[in-house]
Amino acid sequence: MSGTPRADTRPLSPHLQVWRPHATMAASITHRITGVALYFGTFLIAAWLVALATGSDTYGLIETLLFSWFGKVVLYFWAVAVLFHFVNGIRHLLWDGPGVAFGPKAASAFSIFNYTFAFLGAAAIWAAAAWL
Amino acid sequence: MSNNQFLTPTKAARGLGSAKSGTVHHIRQRVSALALIFLVPWFVFSVIRAIQGGEATAADWVSQPVPAILLILTAGAAIYHMRLGMQVVIEDYIAKSGTRAALLILNSFACIALFAIVALSVLKLWIGAAA
Repeated sequence: MSGTPRADTRPLSPHLQVWRPHATMAASITHRITGVALYFGTFLIAAWLVALATGSDTYGLIETLLFSWFGKVVLYFWAVAVLFHFVNGIRHLLWDGPGVAFGPKAASAFSIFNYTFAFLGAAAIWAAAAWL
Repeated sequence: MSNNQFLTPTKAARGLGSAKSGTVHHIRQRVSALALIFLVPWFVFSVIRAIQGGEATAADWVSQPVPAILLILTAGAAIYHMRLGMQVVIEDYIAKSGTRAALLILNSFACIALFAIVALSVLKLWIGAAA
């Protein structure tokens, strides 16, 4: 830093402590959390693919895991994380490109839609994959 | 620096220079995101269906040319995208330079290795089915 004192009192970066929590802030934080979670989720999906390529004995092991209640819960929340990061990522692209839905009300509505889309969409994909 | 007392804050910041790679990182993150908009819906649906269908269904899925190609493309775009994303997370939260460098290198190695493993698995299933 330079030795000169600050000439003005411009706002610093947003601090969590002084910001009133709101939907767009939550969506932003969730975007990063789901991003990191999906990083490790990709390793899990890759493990499934490797087991498939390895042979029936290995695949049987991973299938036991996947069909247990724990495996189903992990797979469902993986789908929720993918869909949230997907739809919220599209919103980021709309912000960066055409610059739409920047206003607080639109951004907030978009955020709530993204959460709803993620949970319902994952359930819909689940049902569609089972029945189609 | 010895002449700091004569520099305005802006001038001092400019003197430090930029990392000169922020823009290209930003663009790459978004271009890989654009590719994933097309690949991810197909992938999530197909992979859940393959898991629910059991081993024979799953192996049959990967042994067809279009799913095999799309799988490799999805893996490429997704792993590239997540490598860029994790890089930013590490840069944001890890201040200690040695740890940060080690994690950044680990991130690159892990992602590239993961892609190689996924690509080989897809090829094995595809070639294995054709033989």
